[in-house]
Amino acid sequence: MLGYGLGLLGLLFIGLIVVVAGWVILTYNGLVTLRNQLENAWSQIDVQLKRRYDLIPNLVEAVKDYMEYEQDVLTKVTEARAQAVSAQGPAQQAQADNMLTRALRSLFAVVENYPELKANENVLKLQEELTSTENRISFSRQFYNDTVMRFNTRLQTFPTNLIAGILGFTAREFFETGEDAEREPVKVDLR
Amino acid sequence: MESRGLYGEIKANRRRSWFLAATIGLLLALLGATLGAVWGDPLTGLITAWAVAVVFLTITWYGGAQMTLAASDARPADPERDRMLINIVDEMSLASGLPRPDIFVIDDTAPNAFATGRDPQHAAIAVTRGLYQKLDRDELQGVIAHELSHIRNHDIRYTTLVAVSVGAIALLADLALRHMWWGGGPRRARNTGAGAIMVVVALLVAILAPISARLLQAAVSRRRETLADLSGAEMTRYPEALARALEKIAGDPEVLEVANRATAPLYIVDPIKEFEKRARGLLRTHPPTEERVARLRSLVLPDRRPGPS
Repeated sequence: MLGYGLGLLGLLFIGLIVVVAGWVILTYNGLVTLRNQLENAWSQIDVQLKRRYDLIPNLVEAVKDYMEYEQDVLTKVTEARAQAVSAQGPAQQAQADNMLTRALRSLFAVVENYPELKANENVLKLQEELTSTENRISFSRQFYNDTVMRFNTRLQTFPTNLIAGILGFTAREFFETGEDAEREPVKVDLR
Repeated sequence: MESRGLYGEIKANRRRSWFLAATIGLLLALLGATLGAVWGDPLTGLITAWAVAVVFLTITWYGGAQMTLAASDARPADPERDRMLINIVDEMSLASGLPRPDIFVIDDTAPNAFATGRDPQHAAIAVTRGLYQKLDRDELQGVIAHELSHIRNHDIRYTTLVAVSVGAIALLADLALRHMWWGGGPRRARNTGAGAIMVVVALLVAILAPISARLLQAAVSRRRETLADLSGAEMTRYPEALARALEKIAGDPEVLEVANRATAPLYIVDPIKEFEKRARGLLRTHPPTEERVARLRSLVLPDRRPGPS
């Protein structure tokens, strides 16, 4: 009788262990997938920032002959780019990128005053590329933040919150520029 | 629209798709069995109906996207000439975390767009030249976001498969009706009372099955259009641009030559304008444009900037 009871309990116990182990494995794999998406989203931001650094010298080259009286605007763009390229650490990086965004915005504003530039095929093309790059940067940040929210929500909700910490997952921080400049993206309209 | 709500919607959609697939399978079985019963054997009829559907669906699974694109005269986008379009699709791929779909252009001045494919890894977006001549960059972005939402929500696979199944049901029913009308059907069935009843039942099924299949298709399609509008707006964070784009597309007087009744449900706005006007509410595959625009304009996205342009 006693033996039989223990056997049943033992079976129940084994069943419970199997269920719990299965749950832990599924949770772990789900979190790893999400974390990889997060890393991927983060590296996309870098890719787009680099794309911007590569485009700027071309743009400056294309417009500088037309803009003899606006050399300081161009210098600011070039300097901001140099700073962004050599920035160390995320905080400095974000600051430098914001400076670059602002410098580009004033450059585009100035371009508006030069009809020859607005008609120049090459400049138009570069402008489209740069507009797209600005968009790509903010959309990849947006996607990163969306993914952070999904990741954090998953970590903090029951029952995942019971084991997330033990498995070594911690909540991520949102990417914040902390700049009003970033909230109003470059508006380039030559049409 | 909050992210989790959206993901919940997508899950609900998946359940609805299963329900729809089951219903369509049952409709096919019913149609096949009744027709089989009239001509002799219900089981043979049922198996024939299912076999036809499976063949149709297999062909569609592997070739549906190419067939749809070819039927619409879509050509691959040119990296130089269609640069802005390609850029916008890239931006929206980043915003949604999806791989970039293949991009096609349809040489037609009527503005419209559709997405097709099997899954996010095998997807394509087609845009008419008119669309990106008549829309500004923000509006174009809204349209592309709507199409990418269809891809992310797996609507593309569903829409094509359902269109084909509905087509298969219509085809079978049509065949049966013609056959019965022109004096087909076995003598035996006509001469007995039970046989006569069977013929009447078969007639009813042949008439009702295609209609109910289309009603179902339209109902689920409307939901998916609405969902794609909302998740598209979430992607760009700029619902107003999509609302403006829908108004422009629906208000454009030009007719899209390459669209037909089979491909019409795929487009962002129903390209068969006459149909759009005449159709009774239940058969529409798209909600009325004014309704979609109003819903987009009522969206409040707290602490979100208007999307970058």
